[in-house]
Amino acid sequence: MAMAGKSRGKGDAAVAAVTYAAVTGFVLSILYPLFNIASLSLSSYATYIKNPMMFFPTELDFSAYGIVFGSKLLLSSYKNTVIITALGTGLTLFMTVIYAYPLSRPQVRFKPFFSTAIVITMLFSGGIIPSFLLMRGLGLLNTYAAQYLPTVLGAYNCILMVNFFKAMPEELIEAAMMDGASEPYILTRIVLPLSRPILATIVLFAAVGLWNQYFSAVIYVRDQAKWPVQLVLREILLASSTEALRSGGNLAELNAARRIPMEQLRYAALIVVMLPITCIYPFLQKYFASGVMLGAVKG
Amino acid sequence: MPIYGAEGMDMSMANAQGGKARAPGGALGRARNDASAGGGKVRARNGASSSGGKTDARNGASVGGASGRARARNAGHWGKHLRRNAWLYVFLLIGLAYLIVFKYIPMAGIVIAFEDYNTFAGILGSPWVGLQNFKYLFSSAEFGRVLRNSVTLSLLRLLAGFPAPLLLALLLNEIGSRFYKRAMQTILYLPHFVSWVVIYGILLNLLSPSTGLLNYAIAALGGKTVSFLTSPSHFSTIVVLSDIWKNAGWGTIVYLAAISGINPAYYEAAIIDGASRFKRIAHITLPMIAGTVVVMLILRSGSILNNGFEQIFLLQNALNADVSEVFETYTYKVGLVEGRFPFSTAVGLFQSAVGLALIMITNFAARKAGEGGLW
Repeated sequence: MAMAGKSRGKGDAAVAAVTYAAVTGFVLSILYPLFNIASLSLSSYATYIKNPMMFFPTELDFSAYGIVFGSKLLLSSYKNTVIITALGTGLTLFMTVIYAYPLSRPQVRFKPFFSTAIVITMLFSGGIIPSFLLMRGLGLLNTYAAQYLPTVLGAYNCILMVNFFKAMPEELIEAAMMDGASEPYILTRIVLPLSRPILATIVLFAAVGLWNQYFSAVIYVRDQAKWPVQLVLREILLASSTEALRSGGNLAELNAARRIPMEQLRYAALIVVMLPITCIYPFLQKYFASGVMLGAVKG
Repeated sequence: MPIYGAEGMDMSMANAQGGKARAPGGALGRARNDASAGGGKVRARNGASSSGGKTDARNGASVGGASGRARARNAGHWGKHLRRNAWLYVFLLIGLAYLIVFKYIPMAGIVIAFEDYNTFAGILGSPWVGLQNFKYLFSSAEFGRVLRNSVTLSLLRLLAGFPAPLLLALLLNEIGSRFYKRAMQTILYLPHFVSWVVIYGILLNLLSPSTGLLNYAIAALGGKTVSFLTSPSHFSTIVVLSDIWKNAGWGTIVYLAAISGINPAYYEAAIIDGASRFKRIAHITLPMIAGTVVVMLILRSGSILNNGFEQIFLLQNALNADVSEVFETYTYKVGLVEGRFPFSTAVGLFQSAVGLALIMITNFAARKAGEGGLW
């Protein structure tokens, strides 16, 4: 509902102008750094030095990307993140569905117990060390599993899904029950096919969370071979900034000597890491805006 | 602890809609009543169709109680119910098993905060030392510093970061062009999907002393470059601004939905009465979404000691450690880097216990004030 307002007052026009300016300004503050980095990563070193503030690239030079894709550590960590995200997202979807579906069914007993059990996990947690000891006890240190298992069943996702299932027309399920359909059949053949919006929302949340996080790797994974790409990127960023500090700020000289500008490697790596997620989300936007609202107040 | 239960779940849905077309003030209280009434209705409807659920129909409010009575009256009922719904309970038990292993066992692991834990003796075999770790914690100089940093950063986030999405939502709502608004929203949500590591990269690109754009501009204007990322005095500004950059747009979703539920008739009437845009915002929009704002504030209140690990850990370095050490990074440092497991657990327990207490107090206060609570 837009108050498009064919408003007459001069004050209103001023408010409208300020509104547009403020929103557009904030949006530009989001776009500029991203476009700048993308453009710098696509420029040759000479152009980069000449015009580091560019918004659009004036030429296309993919040499930085060539080096990024040639880096073994970056590629293997990228593969790790893809695996972790895929396994974790699938498992999150499975666990959330099987916990949420019974909680949405009217005939199920002890629902207060089961929902309290999951809501408590939202309010209180054991903390880093007890979780670390658990993972060590289970032999999951330095594994992919340690990086997705801790988050596959969360209260927030579960509440979203319960609310979605509950809002579904009861008649469909009743009709199936009359025909003697089993609950797993009703779930997989009737409920889930009608739940695209919520499934898409959960997939998006889980995938974004898993793709972007590095916390669990810092805690549970020492072995570089199992590192997610975010952690490798962090190393690259920290390395280049300490290098910059050590070179006394004279990075231009340093890079000229090396012929492969660290800065641009960094930019190319940033783009490669961020691209998949930012390309997916606009397509899921129509789902998640309503999905978030289902549990917004609670979560 | 109050029961969340099925009613709790209903409630949030009713609130999501309840935020919409409800009169200002006490909106949540009513939403809650509607929710349990609605839940009751659903149950009643279904109770009639499934033989096992009949008792629920009469007893909409407390499912657990109803089941107890049903069992007492008729054991056969329960067996039939179980046969028919076995899968549902299997599903729940799988989930519960996961929660026990990955959430509740670590919660039980908190006992090592009260032990002189050593790996070989294990959690059960290590000697009990009572509150010794906490005494040491509260008397250490580090604790005061960590507490001060955590609270300062979190309060700054609250002061600047909490109103940001609200303000942004109000502004977005004033944009007449549907297309433009939609386009702006798509971009505003984008940073939420960008990882903290990438944001750190962006910050380096802006703020680095040698190659940062801001310093480039400062130098071009003849100023002296500043090493923003290592300077303690700029730390909190960077944290708060990058937090707003990442999350303000995403935060508008809740408020925009609440606003879109307001009955347009109010605005039409106000326009006829000659109320300006500003007056309409102040006297219609804001009061109508006050309930949503209060709920968001309650949720926020539990995290007054929390700043999250990933953002702070990236921005932290030796030069700003004095102002950047917060509970999350401190528990990590003393626990996993220095290997002081019991002490680290004590720090973490202090943090989560205070958070839990705060959210319960705020919830209680909000209910007393008639704004309704979360439960």
